[in-house]
Amino acid sequence: MDYATFLQIFDTTLRLATPLLFACLAGLYSERAGVFDIGLEGKMLMAAMASGAVAALSGSVWIGLMAGIVGSLAFALVHGIASITFRGNQLISGVALNFVASGITVLIAQDLFGQGGRTPPLEGGARMLEITLPLAETLRPVPVIGPLYADVISGHPILVYVGLLLVPATWWLLYRTRFGLRLRAVGENPASVDTAGVSVKRLRFSAVLIAGVLCGLAGAYMATGLQAGFGREMTAGRGYIALAALIFAKWRPWHALWACLLFGFFQSLALRPDVMQAVGIKIPGPALDALPYILTVVVLAGLVGKAVPPRAGGEPYVKER
Amino acid sequence: MMDKLPKWADILLVPLISLLLAALVSALVLLAIGQSPMQALTVMVNGAIVSPYGWGYTLYYATSFIFTGLAVSVAYHAGLFNIGAEGQAQLGGLGVALACLFLPWPHWSLALVGAMVGAALFGAAWAAIPAWLQAKRGSHIVITTIMFNYIAAAVLIYLLVEVLRPAGQMDPASARFPATTSLPQFQDIPGLQSLFLRYAADGTVRLNAEGLPLYQKVPANVTFFLAILACVGVWVMLWHTRLGYMIRAFGKSEKAARYAGISAVKITMTVMLISGALAGLMAINNVMGQSERLLQNSAEGAGFIGIAVALMGRNHPVGVFLAAILFGFLYQGGAALGLETAIPIELRTVVQGLVILFTGALDQMVRMMLGWAFRARRTV
Repeated sequence: MDYATFLQIFDTTLRLATPLLFACLAGLYSERAGVFDIGLEGKMLMAAMASGAVAALSGSVWIGLMAGIVGSLAFALVHGIASITFRGNQLISGVALNFVASGITVLIAQDLFGQGGRTPPLEGGARMLEITLPLAETLRPVPVIGPLYADVISGHPILVYVGLLLVPATWWLLYRTRFGLRLRAVGENPASVDTAGVSVKRLRFSAVLIAGVLCGLAGAYMATGLQAGFGREMTAGRGYIALAALIFAKWRPWHALWACLLFGFFQSLALRPDVMQAVGIKIPGPALDALPYILTVVVLAGLVGKAVPPRAGGEPYVKER
Repeated sequence: MMDKLPKWADILLVPLISLLLAALVSALVLLAIGQSPMQALTVMVNGAIVSPYGWGYTLYYATSFIFTGLAVSVAYHAGLFNIGAEGQAQLGGLGVALACLFLPWPHWSLALVGAMVGAALFGAAWAAIPAWLQAKRGSHIVITTIMFNYIAAAVLIYLLVEVLRPAGQMDPASARFPATTSLPQFQDIPGLQSLFLRYAADGTVRLNAEGLPLYQKVPANVTFFLAILACVGVWVMLWHTRLGYMIRAFGKSEKAARYAGISAVKITMTVMLISGALAGLMAINNVMGQSERLLQNSAEGAGFIGIAVALMGRNHPVGVFLAAILFGFLYQGGAALGLETAIPIELRTVVQGLVILFTGALDQMVRMMLGWAFRARRTV
């Protein structure tokens, strides 16, 4: 196996990790504010359909992106109303929204395009173009680092870089701003936030809506960047892998990045059985698919440090007691 | 702040209104994609209830949903939300397949007992690890059971492709079970048989070459009666045994239960083992009763429908039974929609999701609405 193959795998890893990263950060905001979000998958799927369909109809990927965010936000809003306003069961609400998304995306896509629940293949301006970073070609001759920069780091749709930048941004927002302090507090001890005169409901709603926007980016990237168009069930459990990554990362932004890169790496390895063979390791494909879940269970079992979720997670806040 | 609803309203009206709301939103979705909700309902009723063929399928689906619905319900009474019925049902299928393929059975009734043991053991085993993690490590059962659904799918794909698939067969599935393990379907059962006679255009019974009457083949089988027994069993267990009392006490208030000397670890483990066994038993219906071999993704989402069935049925066996029939209707009717209209079969997933949403997450909203209605009536 040569260096070029390594680079190809890392390139695919970065591509496949991006939707996981957006969804994982979405879950991070929501769960840090004390609202469990099983519905990452559904929101991503909805966004993928909305952005794929609108991009196909309008011919513009940016209008598609906006539509994806709106679609995902609509689901986030329902989740917020069910779990914050009506103090319903957050887990059940998420599960329910995943089913609704799974069905309704096919219904709408079939009604719009009549192609078996898919959108037509996106072309030209309806797809997210790959960006060549400055100096990529100039630096290519530099040994080792040159090809790494030109082939792995450069040449991705813009959302890949947005995703990477969101990691430090999220860290800064959560740990260095007043909003972030309150957000974390409302996930640990909402009563204290309430006593300080800050609205628990408003904070939690903003977290849930931020999650909606991020899932919108994840879905839009899948339909217009990673692939050219929406297909039924195209998120294929990525929302749950993101959830696994979030637990693996113990609800921290930088660790979320590493977890998503790791799980993206597993996904890219599963796509390359030839490489696996060349290295001489025989891991069955299904085992690679199951690896993120198995690792998460291992983390949950407390075998490698304990994963402690935000303390008030999953509990609706009742003001009068 | 909120008036308590009368008990009958809480038991009957809340699920009914939730169902109506789900139906209403589904109708709006259909209107939005330019289809007629009334036409859809007609096709569903014709496809799922009117003909023996239709309800033969409706009851077949309902049988699976009763088992998964009971599985979710039992766990729910202990305050545990088991999303893993899907994976447990798939592992149950593995237990059924191993029992049917590798043990010699002289008669289907003995094979049924053996397969039930296999299904229950494998289903329970798959629930045991999440249960243990919840009981001992405090990791959330919802997350672990989700993970175990995916791990189950991977395990089964591996086993079907690499181990159980007979040489020379392309599709990932086990070999066919021997004929002696074949369960009687409704058209084979004396007494029910005459309902499934096939008629020619002139109203006479159609006969085969030997002059015997022809019957409509349906997948509903003896497992349906087992499902009814399971409902009774769960009812007795929950409300008429010491274990059931401990389960419900634990679900109502973990702290009080602990103070009363009920062991959290023991209850969590026991409840999840029962829940997993019930989910596993579903495989008797689909794997042994219908496909007669183990297919990939054998549970086909029935484990998830169990969530909707349990919520709709208010976690009571009678409610679960009725809700399972309703979802059987939805499932078979949805298949008819996919065949006969331009409405995609995925409509049933939307309805399923909406029922879960309204009964499980927005139930407070429904109660509030009903509360207003009752208060208005009282003041008039």
